[in-house]
Amino acid sequence: MARINLTVDGQKVADDVEPRMLLVHYLREKLGKTGTVVGCDTSNCGACTVHLNGRSVKSCNVLAVQADGGEVTTIEGLAGEDGQLHKVQEAFRECHGLQCGFCTPGMIMQTVDLLNENPSPSEEAIRLGLEGNLCRCTGYHNIVRAVQHAAGTATGTTEGASA
Amino acid sequence: MIPAAFEYVAPTSVEEALAALAEHGDDAKVIAGGQSLLPVLRMRLNAPEWVIDLGRIDSLRGVRDGGDHLVIGAMTTHHDVGQDPLVHEHALLVSKAITHLADAQVRHRGTFGGALAHADPAGDLGAPARALGATFVVQGPGGTREVPADDFFVDLFETAISDDEILTEVRVPKHTGWGASYEKFVRIAHQWPIVAVAAAVRLDGDTIAEARVGLTNMGSTPLRAAAVEQALVGQPATEEGVAAAAALAAEGTNPPSDLNGDADYRRHLATVLTRRAVLSAAGRS
Repeated sequence: MARINLTVDGQKVADDVEPRMLLVHYLREKLGKTGTVVGCDTSNCGACTVHLNGRSVKSCNVLAVQADGGEVTTIEGLAGEDGQLHKVQEAFRECHGLQCGFCTPGMIMQTVDLLNENPSPSEEAIRLGLEGNLCRCTGYHNIVRAVQHAAGTATGTTEGASA
Repeated sequence: MIPAAFEYVAPTSVEEALAALAEHGDDAKVIAGGQSLLPVLRMRLNAPEWVIDLGRIDSLRGVRDGGDHLVIGAMTTHHDVGQDPLVHEHALLVSKAITHLADAQVRHRGTFGGALAHADPAGDLGAPARALGATFVVQGPGGTREVPADDFFVDLFETAISDDEILTEVRVPKHTGWGASYEKFVRIAHQWPIVAVAAAVRLDGDTIAEARVGLTNMGSTPLRAAAVEQALVGQPATEEGVAAAAALAAEGTNPPSDLNGDADYRRHLATVLTRRAVLSAAGRS
């Protein structure tokens, strides 16, 4: 067992874990943060995307011990303390950027990272930026629209960004 | 899927890492960013008794100016290399290849040295490293040695790094002012390249003065297309001028056949992508 200390969604946590434990399993099974899901389990689909030290990573492809000392943000840490949705969450709801919803936590976490780096991405930049996130319902159009909505770059029928 | 159980150590210096390697030898795997190793461990294609994590060794991270070359620390993430202004200015081909490498999340974790040491012939960094004539610096119990790119890649997933050594840095000769392009052919997003071509050219007016060309997934290691490089010298940077040289791209290669394409298809792709990459590097497309 190895001792790890990290900050997850603003809370300090410490645990003894097996070195082979994946970060996603630590989040789900030790901390009960089941908002982060396991999709493909092969590091392709991006459903398990969280932020580690401010950057998006696939948490099925990081060992919990590698995250020791770090700061993790999951989908459960995005909303404000008063329950106010993050503007990207709001945009996915507004534009219905989901079908079955399984990929949504990862899509939202990757979108937040994308907009941190490029606040006004083109449609092409959005599609490239979400390259590591798969939607098996193939609901990509509304996902892209939701990102544009969150960025305030939406055109067409949706109104400007609400955030 | 969960990896088989292993013991874990995260040294904070190269010396500590080498000591751990010496102690655990054949039973150990070195993990860099882990973006290739962790899927392998999860699928239990490998089950080391020890995992030695280089992620806590700060001295292995960062890009610096080494005079006539850039020094890229082995543990610098793809994202950080790709965003680095020095790399953009002096080794544009590396920046271009990184924009095509995997996806944003993998680029945040995966490392420049880790990917090269993994030596996947379909990896996107080997061809640029060979094309630009990089030097690989490896450290072991006997000290440090330098391995030229032409000797670094030995076979499929096999490099000149010995079991008791680690890759510490990659020195990339400056190609300041050279144009560059990485043409990667995939059928779907987020796929390994079926074939990719890395090209850098230095123009003298409208004429190609020098060229460097590397090939991805055209054999068991990344390759350098020396015949193309030589044939390009003195040619006008036009479709016609480049075509004859590009036609030599598959010469002497032994590409794999798989579900994505047979060897002949890859040979054809190599010539087409070389033409496109050279023209694009010359700013002509």
